[in-house]
Formats: sequence, C-alpha cells, structure tokens
Amino acid sequence: MRDVAVIGIGMTKFGELWEKSFRDLFVEAAKGALLDAGVDKLDSMYVGCMSSGLFVGQEHVGSLMADYLGMTPIPAVRVESACASGGVAIRQAFMEVASGMSDVVLAGGVEKMTDVDGGMATYALATAADAEYEGFQGATFPGLYAMMAHAHMAKYGTTSEMLAHVAVKNHANGNLNPLAQFPAKITVEGVLGSTMVADPLHILDCSPVTDGAAAVILAPVELANKLGITPIKIIGSGMATDTIALHGRADMTTINAAKVAAEKALAMANLTIKDMQFAEVHDCFTIAELAVLESIGVFEPGQAGPATVDGATALDGSFPVNTSGGLKSKGHPVGATGVAQIVEIVKQLRGTAENGRQLKNVTRGLAQNMGGSGGSSTVHILEVA
Amino acid sequence: MAQTLTARVWREYPQRYRLMANKDKATGDVYFPPRLVTPGNLNAEFEDVQLCGKGKVATYTIIRVAPTPFADLSPYALAVIETEEGVKFSAQIADCRIEDVKIGMDVTFEFRRIYEDNEASVIYYGYKAVPA
Repeated sequence: MRDVAVIGIGMTKFGELWEKSFRDLFVEAAKGALLDAGVDKLDSMYVGCMSSGLFVGQEHVGSLMADYLGMTPIPAVRVESACASGGVAIRQAFMEVASGMSDVVLAGGVEKMTDVDGGMATYALATAADAEYEGFQGATFPGLYAMMAHAHMAKYGTTSEMLAHVAVKNHANGNLNPLAQFPAKITVEGVLGSTMVADPLHILDCSPVTDGAAAVILAPVELANKLGITPIKIIGSGMATDTIALHGRADMTTINAAKVAAEKALAMANLTIKDMQFAEVHDCFTIAELAVLESIGVFEPGQAGPATVDGATALDGSFPVNTSGGLKSKGHPVGATGVAQIVEIVKQLRGTAENGRQLKNVTRGLAQNMGGSGGSSTVHILEVA
Repeated sequence: MAQTLTARVWREYPQRYRLMANKDKATGDVYFPPRLVTPGNLNAEFEDVQLCGKGKVATYTIIRVAPTPFADLSPYALAVIETEEGVKFSAQIADCRIEDVKIGMDVTFEFRRIYEDNEASVIYYGYKAVPA
C-alpha cells in the first residue's frame, strides 16, 4: 500500500440553508477542496450521502455530482452507510489511492435535510434502524439512543447532568467554529430544562437537522511533496459493523462497531489509543459521545461521564473531543458528517483551526463516524509528518 | 408515505401476529425474527418455535417526538424486551402510565393495532407489550 495524504479540504457552512440546493452544497465544498489542494483534475470521486431519495427525491448521486462539478467522465459513486456514509467515502477513497489504482481522489459527503418537514425527516433518519422491527414499532433515533442512555444509567450510574456536560462542552467549541449551525453557548441548566424528546434525552442532547457538505482530496504522499503541500497522512483506516437493531446487542451500552473499527485503524497505524492526542467522535446524541469514548478505550466503561464533567475532553483538557463543536453544535448533515470530521482533524494538524480553538502541539488525531445506533462505524487516524 | 404492497404486509404476519421465531437445533439459540443462517454456521438447521410472550423490560424510552405515522399516539413508551427464551426485541408498552415504565418490569405481549396508513387505507397490526 502507498502512503496516502489529505492535500485539500473544503466545507460549506452547516445550517438551514434554504437558498442552496443539494447539488450546489456538494459542489461548493468540493470546489473548496480542489482550490485548497491546487489541483483541477480528479481520477475518481466518492460521495457519502445517506438518503437523498427520501430527503430530495434524488438518487444516482455520483453522476449528478460529477456532472455539476464539471468532472465527467471520471468514475463517481455515492456510498451509503447511514450517518457513517462520509466516513465510508473517506475509506473508499483512501483504499483507491493506497492501492495505486488512482492518484487524486475526492471523498465528499452531502445531505440536504430541510426540504422536508420534521416528521418526514424523522422518518427518513429512522430508515437507518431496522425498518421492520424498530421503525415499525415507532422507534426514532433519539428513542434508540435514549434506550442506550437508560441502559448506561442503570449499569454505570451515568446521569442526565453528565450527558448535559457533553452538550455544553461541544457548544463551547462550536462557538469558535464559523461554520457551525448552532454556535450559541448553552448551560447544564439550559439542557436539563429543554424539551424532552425521548426520555432521558432533551432536545439539547440531540444533534440538529442540517444542510451541508464537506470534501477532502486524497493523494499519494509523494504527490503532495511534489506539489509542495504539507501532507497530513492517513495512517490508519478501520470499519466494522454490528447488528442493525439496538436490541440485537448483548450489551446495549457499548458500540462494538466503533471498538472494532478503532482496533483495526490502530493496528494499521501500529499505535494504541494512548498515542492519540485528540478526537472527533460521532456525538449524534450526548450519550453517543460517552459510549464511543468508552468503546474505543479512551476511558474505562462508565468513566466517560465523570471525565467529561471534570473537563478532560474540553479544549484545554487532557484529551480534547469534538473541537469542531461536534455533530451537536456544528450540525449533522448525515452524509457529510464523516468528511467534516476529517476536515476538522486536518485543520488542527495544519494549525489553522479558527477563533482560538486551535490545539497546541498536536500531531495525531482520530475521527470516529457511526451509522444508525452503531450498526456501522469507521475510524481514521491522521498524522502530520 | 404510501409503501403498501400486500406482500410486504402479509409476509410479516407470522412474526407480528403470532411471535413466530426459530431455534437452532444444535445450540438451542432462539432467533426473532427467524434467521436463515447463524453467526459462524451457514448450515445451521432450525425448527419453528412460538415465543411464550412473557418478558422483562431491558431498557426503555418515552417517545415524545414521533415519526409521522405515530404522531397521534405520542407520547408512548418504547422498550427493548428480553423474553423468557432469551430473545430481545423492540416493542411499545401499552395499558400503562408512561411514568410507571421501569427497567426490569414484567410484561406480556398482546395483539394490537400498531398504526394506520390513511393514504393506503391500511391498518397495521402487530404485538405490543402490556404490564404482566
């Protein structure tokens, strides 16, 4: 395998972007990544997108985006793994460059979620669960993570206050991200007093419905050197699956797909979780951030909540998590999220994170992206040489 | 949201109406819904079994923001139930005040209306749990 580097990044503002279409969102992010890399040709392209069919009535996304990016006739394909679609796009592009099959490959992600009403958005997202055995019973995504939260509370004594601290921390970070959808700072009392969506999760425990896109350009490290770009290397890539239904898991408090994906990525990088300095993790709900941090081994089971309250995962903590604001504050256009995580890791490793959220002396970061209630997960490890 | 093909509905009757599962003859493991293969054994042999319909709440939530087909029912309790056969699956809990739902509570399954698809003029039926 060849060493692979990220040579360009691009991202739209995340938010309710009523004036921007599905295709224009993607092209804006992809154009940004191409200009950032200083390249104008691609060998191929992967587009992470969960449910353009239900959100905007459009499939065949590879053709549409290659067309509007002015890149036909390159191969382009949409990849789908629910909310991990973006992470899978990164992994597919990584494998294509690492294999030597292509040199310059774009991995992007996009979702246009606000062209439908809230009920339809909830329905579209619920298709990432088991449609016949969870969706049919009236399960929603907040509901599935709420059941995970109740199980976590019963097993480890995790509290609603601990969950609220995750949201407060991520909004404090998102406050420093000019692309974040909800940059407002919030308080623990504010979270606990907000509308209950699915007990014990309040609306401020939940990531929002978001329009947005992100893109990165991958190339062999030698090509990055030739172009005079400081290569941010992808030194580990892992993906794993688990049961589609939450109820299929022996332990509903652990995300085994994240655990196995992290183990695979770390093995490829020949590193351990202790070698990681910071992370972007899939905080679609506050409980998800805690469960993932415990599953990938950053904290012992049951310890992520207390550690968050102690500030361990804050910007100035021992292991900063979701410096971008996470899905919670930055927003969660589901297909774009996994790519946007890589954009933040690259910014941190380049030293270009905006508005004082830049971490000091970081050289290595981890991104964990997740589909459904943990039915799939990707993990990528990036390093600046 | 019309998605009604007759086959899609009746295909699920054995599970939704009668809790039909299957059992790996060699290991005794029970699967609901029934599976064609088991992890690690493509040649597993199965026999049909009907779940006894008794179980306990493993975890739960109260859905207060519902998908469109369930909007009129909200708020409602949704739980993962572990049955006496050791199978876990999701179901609503009915005939119970939502504040009384607890992890560990005993439930039995009953045949109930799940939701109505007015556009397709179809009423869907299936199982819900009720306090034992």
